[in-house]
Amino acid sequence: MSAQRGDILLDIDDLSLEFRTFRGAVKALNGISIKVRAGEIVGVVGESGCGKSVTMMAAMRLLPKGSARITGGAVRLFGSDPMKLSERELQHVRGRQVSTIFQEPMNALNPTRRIGEQVIEVIRRHQRLSNAAARQKAIGLLRDMLISEPERIMQAYPFELSGGMRQRVLIAMAFSCEPKLIIADEPTTALDVTVQALILSLIRQKAVSTGTAVVFISHDMAVVSQLCDRLYVLYAGRVAESGTTASVLAAPAHPYTRALIRCLPGLAAPKQPLEQIPGTLPDMLNPPPGCLFRARCREADERCVEVPPLSAIDPSRRAACWRRIEETEAA
Amino acid sequence: MSLLSTILRRLVLLAFVVAGVAVVTFTISHLIPGDPAQLIAGDKASAETLAHVRQELGLDKPVTQQFVIYVRQLLSGDLGNSLRTRRPVATDIALFLPATLELGITALFMAILLGVPLGVLSAIFKDGPVDQAARAVSVAGISMPVFWFGLALIIVFYVKIPILPGSARIDLGVIPPPRVTGFFLIDSLVAGDLTAFRSTLYHLVLPAFVLAFANLGIITRQIRASMLDVLQEDYVRTARANGLSRSAIILRHALPNALIPSVTLLGLAFGDLLYGAVLTETIFAWPGMGSYVVSSIQTLDFPAIMGFTIVASLGYVLINLAVDLTYMVLDPQIRELG
Repeated sequence: MSAQRGDILLDIDDLSLEFRTFRGAVKALNGISIKVRAGEIVGVVGESGCGKSVTMMAAMRLLPKGSARITGGAVRLFGSDPMKLSERELQHVRGRQVSTIFQEPMNALNPTRRIGEQVIEVIRRHQRLSNAAARQKAIGLLRDMLISEPERIMQAYPFELSGGMRQRVLIAMAFSCEPKLIIADEPTTALDVTVQALILSLIRQKAVSTGTAVVFISHDMAVVSQLCDRLYVLYAGRVAESGTTASVLAAPAHPYTRALIRCLPGLAAPKQPLEQIPGTLPDMLNPPPGCLFRARCREADERCVEVPPLSAIDPSRRAACWRRIEETEAA
Repeated sequence: MSLLSTILRRLVLLAFVVAGVAVVTFTISHLIPGDPAQLIAGDKASAETLAHVRQELGLDKPVTQQFVIYVRQLLSGDLGNSLRTRRPVATDIALFLPATLELGITALFMAILLGVPLGVLSAIFKDGPVDQAARAVSVAGISMPVFWFGLALIIVFYVKIPILPGSARIDLGVIPPPRVTGFFLIDSLVAGDLTAFRSTLYHLVLPAFVLAFANLGIITRQIRASMLDVLQEDYVRTARANGLSRSAIILRHALPNALIPSVTLLGLAFGDLLYGAVLTETIFAWPGMGSYVVSSIQTLDFPAIMGFTIVASLGYVLINLAVDLTYMVLDPQIRELG
């Protein structure tokens, strides 16, 4: 299956999901829709607990069995429903067509096996290559990640490498089978700022040069804005706003997006007290009715007791806010 | 830290441990009431005979001098003469220890070969029927006394359904293989005597299983717990996200890491097995160290008891060394960084 630019690789449609806990069902996702097309870089932003990772892990069926339950909506990954695939079919999708880079590089590699063995294992799992050929390929991939002595790193154990180095190995691994789509789940959050920029540019360069689509999950608006073509801003398991990065940043429509952008420490105006969003995420065991951001919103009024639908407010953008919907209708 | 330097360093430490044990055993043997000379000479011996025996045993000399003699003998590998068998204790131990080791090692292998897969399956199918069954086996293994379980097995598999032998190391009609190592399994193979090998194997089944069973439960539970931990690790998620097969994830990624915390337990289990052998050997009339020590204690055979204690402590230190070396093999971080 060769994906043309523009083909929809991942289509998450109105997905709802809950986690069963001792205290009751935590409604983690409440009707999320995200589309990813071949070759594009899509950002998914929001604060911790808003459902960014859960959405993507659910689509990859990587959530722990038993605890998470999908209560509505559908997922199509490369045209098929991952929930209906057998474990074996799923194994051929994962790694081969869609691979994942995780947040914590420190523990994401097996501590008792050499780096080389681990990269080669993934390559040979999905491609018919001899051990020597897979080895050459692995070395090439590591070199692409600007690792200076790839042969030596292949012999190393994970504990001998820094976090940034491990993450580069994991990125090399993620790209090793030329997947169509990569899910990058906060790949730089655990790293030094200096390493962050390098990692981000490595992911971006490799993705652009191979035409790989990337879903970039982050809580950091600044990081996402540098990297992504389009953005989804998530709040409490719903999409608050979506659109092209340029339009969202230029004129954020949803009050939550505005708040997120205001929270960025501005280099232009130093020594200003940092903004913060008052309040916390609503109780997802018993979510209040209406717009879930209402309690923290400066613009909330009586309309907000109803759930605002995610509506087009201009050609490049959709937002779930009654104010914007009214303004659009009035215009 | 290289493997070799670890071994050397530990062997030096070993000398200190054995010296400590020698002091303790010597002290205890002199503090315990009971006069070995009286025991040898008998109740009705005259004072003259008693004095003669004392002199022969060196018991008339000052304690410090006795200790010096004792240590000098130890260093030359002489553990003294058994009061009961009248043979050198070292010879006795060389005679009986292989039987115990053969039983203990077989039991350890049995416990590992059954316990590790059972633990892995329990973790993979957590709370499923396999897990429940394994839990029942574990509780039974930990709570059933060896003497009771051993007798029960003898009654079932030897008396009621006579398919397995219930005593001794080898059938009466079979000639034991010529002694090379003292391990019948090895010696019979060396001699090319398959009849003796088969007979030894049959004789090992029940006592080794009884011994293994108690530790089987502990090993299963430990492997299950560490597998459950490891299966939640990020690198297992990485392996899943990269589409590796279930068997590769479990056998190549999870199990090797889950084994690391279990190694200490396996070392302890082996020590336990050697102690458990004392009871098991009595039940199965197994001519090993267990039976030898029990008889020695009953007759206050101090040289034999002291000799056994020294050998046992040596064994424990060596097991600990083996545990540490196993760690180095399994965990590259320990191997490379020490």
